[in-house]
Amino acid sequence: MNLLELLGYFNYWVFAIVLSVGLYTVIAKVNLVKKLIGLSIFQSAVFLMYITMDKVEGGTAPIIQKGVENQVFSNPLPQVLILTAIVVGVSTLALGLAIVVRISECYGTIEEDEILDAD
Amino acid sequence: MIIVFALFLLSLLVITALAIVRTENLFVAVMLTSIFSLLMAANFFILDAADVALTEAAVGAGITTVIFLSALALTAEREKISGAGWRIALLVVTVLAMLIIYATFDKPRLGDPEAPVHQHLAPWYLEKTPEYMDIPNVVTAVLGSFRGYDTLGEVFVVFAACIGVLFILGVKPGEGATIKAPHSAGLKHHLIPQVVGRLLIPFIVLFGLYVQFHGEYGPGGGFQAGALIATGVILYALLEGEDAALRAVPRGVLLALVIGGASLYGGVGLVCVWLGGNFLDYSVLAADPVAGQQLGILLIEAGVGMAVCGALLSIFHAFAARPTRL
Amino acid sequence: MSELVLDVLSWILLCLGGGFVLIGGIGTLRLPDFYTRLHAASLTDTMATILIFTGIMLQAGFSLAALKLAAIMLFLLLTGPTASYALANAALQSGMRPGAAHARARGEGEAG
Repeated sequence: MNLLELLGYFNYWVFAIVLSVGLYTVIAKVNLVKKLIGLSIFQSAVFLMYITMDKVEGGTAPIIQKGVENQVFSNPLPQVLILTAIVVGVSTLALGLAIVVRISECYGTIEEDEILDAD
Repeated sequence: MIIVFALFLLSLLVITALAIVRTENLFVAVMLTSIFSLLMAANFFILDAADVALTEAAVGAGITTVIFLSALALTAEREKISGAGWRIALLVVTVLAMLIIYATFDKPRLGDPEAPVHQHLAPWYLEKTPEYMDIPNVVTAVLGSFRGYDTLGEVFVVFAACIGVLFILGVKPGEGATIKAPHSAGLKHHLIPQVVGRLLIPFIVLFGLYVQFHGEYGPGGGFQAGALIATGVILYALLEGEDAALRAVPRGVLLALVIGGASLYGGVGLVCVWLGGNFLDYSVLAADPVAGQQLGILLIEAGVGMAVCGALLSIFHAFAARPTRL
Repeated sequence: MSELVLDVLSWILLCLGGGFVLIGGIGTLRLPDFYTRLHAASLTDTMATILIFTGIMLQAGFSLAALKLAAIMLFLLLTGPTASYALANAALQSGMRPGAAHARARGEGEAG
């Protein structure tokens, strides 16, 4: 397979590995802030997959310049989706961290098994 | 040649992700997450997504790190290594990764112009943008006008998150806990960062405004501009103390920015209905439909920028003003 | 002809800049103490920044892009050393003394 195909598959394999790393952090770690970090890694991996799909060979960023005809552009649609998704991800992360701060004040700890024991 | 660079960046991504999982000091994990966001932004730029790279760098590497650090200052610093059942989790996650890797062999080749995602809708947008709107940046055109509803929903999500954080962190901590007053002196005894910071903050805010108004001509737009201006004010709060920052940009102004931004966006849509078109159909805003579209996009980008800036600053102040436990 | 000269000059500057980044990276990993490692890391802030950006500016010619690159270089030159200073000051304020690891190793060498 030629080099561009290798890069294409490599993108998707990196997406799979980073997704699993993020998922493992959310499932297996007991610290609440670590879980939120894992969630943000998981989201970034999904963004990588979407943006990988938008590249067109020989294309450039989708900014139309006047007077240049027949330019090949990369797909603008996944970029629009991911722009929205990044900002929504940051908002939910801020909300999640606010809840973690309140939990830490009420229970004195942010380890999940200690919180479950205290309940 | 750029392919080797892209391969190198992707490998760095995987290494950073593994390092984040393995470390047990939470501050180290947050710093590594910031590096991860920066690497991701570089990757996005190589894949021709300039707007997304700018947003990921401004929001991911900048604001997320600040929010994480302020939350960590209020909670613990190290994590406890425990948790039974990590072997099962590792097994499940490995099986999932194998399944996804097996599935990726069916995906279209990277950069294939005949892939299904590049048919039907994307060429239509690329063709019709000069005709309907005549602005160079197609991503801003699609975000602001063709898919304006989604962006309106996103502004409302940011607004709701801001209100949620203000509700949750507006409750005073219970009695009986020893509390220390928040450290509001800032970095007054660190002279060099203060001098350099005071030099740079006007330029950061100016750059934020540049990005806001050039969103139609190049990568940029409301989200990036809001994050950049919020970063400038957060730098001021870190250097001079949070009270000085609250005197410079009071809480009332921040709430007015958030509410004003969201209302501006919805208001533009309602004005369009009043003038006879559909909701968020900007062609009726001016005599010439193309000029109307441009005016509409300018207004809603301003609304988005105001809302994002106000929301991020309110969230930062909510975290920073929280008294810490001893 | 002058294009060839510009290209060769850019190559030299970029390779030198890359070499300084490599030296800074090796130094950050191999040096013993925190302060010595900070010295190595700050090499990337100044020397490598100037070399790499000058190399790219030569390629950009005399245009708006060169002006933007000069502005970015100025920004990095201002903030990089400030960040190194802030790190060193924070370490000093929290009690880490320079030469502690070296003194410890020397003390153990004499006692052992």
